[in-house]
Amino acid sequence: MTTAPEAPRTDQVGSPRLRKEDARLITGQTNWTDNIQQTGMLHVAFLRSPHAHARIVAVDTSAAMQQPGVTAAFSGADFAEEQGSLPCAWPVTEDMALPEHPPMAVDEVRYVGEAVACVVARDAYAAADALEAVDVEYEPLPAVVDMEAALAEDSPLVHAGSGQGQGRNKAFVWPFTAGDVDTAFGGADIVLNRRYHQQRLIPAAMEPRSVVCRPEGDSFTLWSATQVPHILRLMLAMTTGVPEHKLRVIAPDVGGGFGSKLQVTAEEVLALLLARRLRKPVKWTETRTEGFQTTHHGRDQIQDISIAADADGRIRGLKVDLLADMGAYMMLVTPGVPVLGAFMFPGIYKMDAYSFSCTGVFTTKMPTDAYRGAGRPEATYGIERIMTELADEIGMDPMELRRRNWIRHEEFPHTGVAGLTYDSGNYEAATDRATELFDYDGLRAEQRRRRDSGDPVQLGIGISTYTEMCGLAPSRVLGQLSYGAGGWENASVRMLPTGKVEVVTGSCAHGQGHATAWSQIAADRLGVPFEDVEVLHGDTRVSPKGMDTYGSRSLVVGGTAVVEACDRVVEKARRMAAHMMEADEGDLEFTAGRFTVRGTERPATTMQEVALAAFAAHDLPEGAEASLDADSTFDPENFSFPHGTHLCAVEVDTETGEVDIRAYTAVDDVGTVVNPLIVDGQVHGGLAQGIAQALYEEAVHDADGNLLTSTMADYTVPTAADLPDFTTDRTVTPSTTNPLGAKGVGEAGTIASTPAVVNAVVDALRPFGVRDLRMPCTPQRVWRAIAEAREAERSEGGQR
Amino acid sequence: MIPAQFDYVRPDDVAEAVRVLADCEEPKVMAGGQSLTPLLRFRLAYPDVVVDLSGLTELRGVTDDGDRLRVGAMTTHDEVMRDPMVAQHCDLLAQATRTVADPAVRHRGTLGGSLAHADPAGDLPAVALALDAEFMVSGEDGERTVQASEFFQDYLTTVLDVGDVLTAVRFPKMGGWSCHYEKFSQAAQAWAIVGVAAAVRLDGGTVAEARIGLTNMGSTPVRARGVEEACRGVPARADALREAAQSADAGTDPPNDLNARADYRRHLARVLTGRALARAAGV
Amino acid sequence: MPHIRVTVDGVRYDDQVEARRLLVHYLREQLGKVGTPVGCDTTNCGACTVLMDGQSVKSCSVLACQTDGHEITTVEALASDGELHPIQQAFHETHALQCGYCTPGMMIAALDLLRDNPDPDDQEIREGLEGNMCRCTGYVNIVRAVHKAAAAMRAEAAGSEPRTHGVPPQVVREQEPTPHAASGGA
Repeated sequence: MTTAPEAPRTDQVGSPRLRKEDARLITGQTNWTDNIQQTGMLHVAFLRSPHAHARIVAVDTSAAMQQPGVTAAFSGADFAEEQGSLPCAWPVTEDMALPEHPPMAVDEVRYVGEAVACVVARDAYAAADALEAVDVEYEPLPAVVDMEAALAEDSPLVHAGSGQGQGRNKAFVWPFTAGDVDTAFGGADIVLNRRYHQQRLIPAAMEPRSVVCRPEGDSFTLWSATQVPHILRLMLAMTTGVPEHKLRVIAPDVGGGFGSKLQVTAEEVLALLLARRLRKPVKWTETRTEGFQTTHHGRDQIQDISIAADADGRIRGLKVDLLADMGAYMMLVTPGVPVLGAFMFPGIYKMDAYSFSCTGVFTTKMPTDAYRGAGRPEATYGIERIMTELADEIGMDPMELRRRNWIRHEEFPHTGVAGLTYDSGNYEAATDRATELFDYDGLRAEQRRRRDSGDPVQLGIGISTYTEMCGLAPSRVLGQLSYGAGGWENASVRMLPTGKVEVVTGSCAHGQGHATAWSQIAADRLGVPFEDVEVLHGDTRVSPKGMDTYGSRSLVVGGTAVVEACDRVVEKARRMAAHMMEADEGDLEFTAGRFTVRGTERPATTMQEVALAAFAAHDLPEGAEASLDADSTFDPENFSFPHGTHLCAVEVDTETGEVDIRAYTAVDDVGTVVNPLIVDGQVHGGLAQGIAQALYEEAVHDADGNLLTSTMADYTVPTAADLPDFTTDRTVTPSTTNPLGAKGVGEAGTIASTPAVVNAVVDALRPFGVRDLRMPCTPQRVWRAIAEAREAERSEGGQR
Repeated sequence: MIPAQFDYVRPDDVAEAVRVLADCEEPKVMAGGQSLTPLLRFRLAYPDVVVDLSGLTELRGVTDDGDRLRVGAMTTHDEVMRDPMVAQHCDLLAQATRTVADPAVRHRGTLGGSLAHADPAGDLPAVALALDAEFMVSGEDGERTVQASEFFQDYLTTVLDVGDVLTAVRFPKMGGWSCHYEKFSQAAQAWAIVGVAAAVRLDGGTVAEARIGLTNMGSTPVRARGVEEACRGVPARADALREAAQSADAGTDPPNDLNARADYRRHLARVLTGRALARAAGV
Repeated sequence: MPHIRVTVDGVRYDDQVEARRLLVHYLREQLGKVGTPVGCDTTNCGACTVLMDGQSVKSCSVLACQTDGHEITTVEALASDGELHPIQQAFHETHALQCGYCTPGMMIAALDLLRDNPDPDDQEIREGLEGNMCRCTGYVNIVRAVHKAAAAMRAEAAGSEPRTHGVPPQVVREQEPTPHAASGGA
């Protein structure tokens, strides 16, 4: 039976369709990895290093083996021959240090939480009990916690020895120069030097990591709370030698990632090895403290930035010198994250010259890697902070300084100093809209009043006019940057005999709503009802080709692959329909799922009718196959460049240091919007995470390398009571680099908001002489900054 | 995170609870379990027996006890903050209780549990201290009453012995007093960086009497007696109360931790005490 | 091993549980009610929030043996006869969830708030949900969802609908521990 077409619609794209995903998520019918049960399944618990740096003298698992319910217990040495080294897919320079990274430590541990042994038992309770019976003897070695100290001549080494990457804590230096920096700086009226810190963050997706692996003869099915099932399968095959085609990886419901599940983890490798060795299904699920200690961290940079400008505010040049904390090892894209920032430091501004250098540094801490924005929030923070300081230095309104330097709408496409070609943008429109919504002038007037009256609660206004590079990524660019894979995405469209549609995508949603958005795209392109489309993803056997979901890439790259695959289906259907209607293909029109013969009143043939005819295959056009299915692998020619203007007003209680966000306005331009509901949601969540970096979150280590913020009681993930409502709006300047005109929205809010908030806090405190604050701007830091500025003023006054 | 094994007893009355505790090697009393369960899960506590007091219905509820209110130790935070008698006679307790953790925790957590846990960052010990609450304790040697000033001994340490059960806390009826609990924390759900429990009795336009307890300014809750003295006879004006609060940190030994260093806590104690007094005085 | 009789989502269970077994593990491992997830070790995140005798509790901080004689309601019992509860409908319609991991606990916490305060303002909603973390939504749409659900539940309570706001009434059934359940304890 074909489905009788409903009133034909081609307006799904752009409409706020409610999400298909919700039905199971709001009823508890979820399929998180930790929900998965297998007959005979064993549970794994890991014993983890309490030392940031130590030599492993001995591991004794024999007593653990005697505990009730325990099947096996292993040390790293037990897997030394087969566990390989966890992969790094982004060796940014040829001479980059790439030390061995065994999934379970064998000789030495290099961060607190590194796995040294594991216990496999009948259930998680028995495994937890038996873990206490494992005895490990350590010989402590000096911790290396501070990046700058790590680079000193006499610093202890994270990786001693003589292999590649051993014998030095400096992992790599990645330089980039464009234009004549010396001339730009030499001729400038003003040169401003600033040092900014990007504190270390913990991604803290709500779903803890979890992995289940089931052996099936010489094959394995591995479920994991991952963003990247395809990359994971490839890397597991390369790491363990299990042939790729014998390995099926499934990402079931995944509860958020934010980059933290863009990884190939020790536990995933070990789950596979344990299933292979024990011939039983195994499960491991992290505790929150394990997660905070051993799921990769984000950010952690020291940024030395210099900006050169004329007295009228025109920027001449920018110099950026980064120290980036790699942590103890190079994980999947650890070194690439700060390097990606190289392209984003110039932001939306025109300048003559730019130089960038990034030094990767090993420390005895959890490795850093991608966290929402990955390199771009750090860069955007640097440029948006120093632009604000430059405005103050030359006595100009910070928005005016930005206007003078940004790429004007009529100048697009524009190739910036860092070499990227920004295809489209309209910074004027977004800024005009934002300042109007925010009442910029009114708040500035209130600020003046409060300053004049010496109000103990001061008002600060922060600006962030950002852009970012999304749609990762053109494969040729990734190749030039030494990344180990391409940036394409795959989709295939299967027309079922009843006219229903299966869209198979290589993207892998973990909260982003692809099932809904991809359905909207396919419904429009194929002219079928939204409800008739099912989106399949996240299983390498169902969706065998894919590059997965990260870097705000899925709609721009994966969505385009869906568009192309749908269009190919339509072309095949057109030929079939012409045959059915005994008309010339060239005379057929396709609108809203119906083929008609131009200039005639002949009844239409629907897509569903064509699908059934293709299935029956009784009468196919000459040489045609009995299928309308098609696929596409789309590789973008360029990145896309979302942009926007964010404005933040904070009230700062100067007596206590408490910061309260009074208003936050975000006007983003993410190009064509497929689903405004989903886009707004992405912006809201992004803002929350960016604000959290500005005001709340920091992974803190003590001098011995212990993570002090190892629970949700110590690491302050903000709740509803800590965050304000947001005013959001959009301008739409379609991207020209993909047929959808979309730019990506997953990271925009996070990238833009952190500098907007910190600029606002600094703005509130500027009358006290405060010019910078370390993040997070906690009440204590704010209070101390005021107190120190007052003290400095007093002592200066005294000297006079 | 999974607790180590323990045995579990849920006595039906206080006498049985005391008997059970006497028989155990290393028991832990569980009231609402909201602090104890995480400790068990992290295996920071290894009791052989958990003695769950949730069966002791006699320890639940608020009763009128003459010039005092008797709040059963197992009365939940949620019950305390909604109790009409508490609201009428001891609003400081209600106010502070509303700031404890979050609604779900307040449904399980109890007044007695919070006080016996004696975390100096907890909100209720400072209230009990400021109001000179009386702690009713049952032990092997029978019942005894302990004054708040003696109850809190050190960080997470009270006068309670292993075999003791805190049965009730008696708070004075604060007729003629007005009060305010000022809590300062880094995030809504977080522990107080500093808290101030303040109660004032006004006589015309001046402060006749004040009581002030400080949260998280030492290893135990601290009474700001200097400020209490300085307040006496002071006009009920914000500036005057602020001035009187300048000695709030005198005699305290605030901790240095992730949230705050001691000097900041001292500063906060002064500012927040001034604010709490002003709010209590309605100015 | 303590013996408990507990009603979960309208079904009566009569079970032996290890004293140390956390309620959330009893629900997930022994009863197979995996709709309620675990998000932290410290009672902070609220992902595991369920109703115990109609009040929200964090099921990671209640021992299973403490539920003897009590009634537990999880997210799995909110919808009845295929009809979504107004809180579920509102979360769906306002896009108040993305990954959905916090959603069961968030909805339960919201129901608890609305039981107490049928018409909360923004600030009351935000404070009422202070024990539940969401990493995806920035809470904006969650606040909207609670408003929307509140309005629907008030209308329902005011109208002639037999169903009153709060938790749908349950038909209580006896159920023996399933074989699946028996494998849970150590």
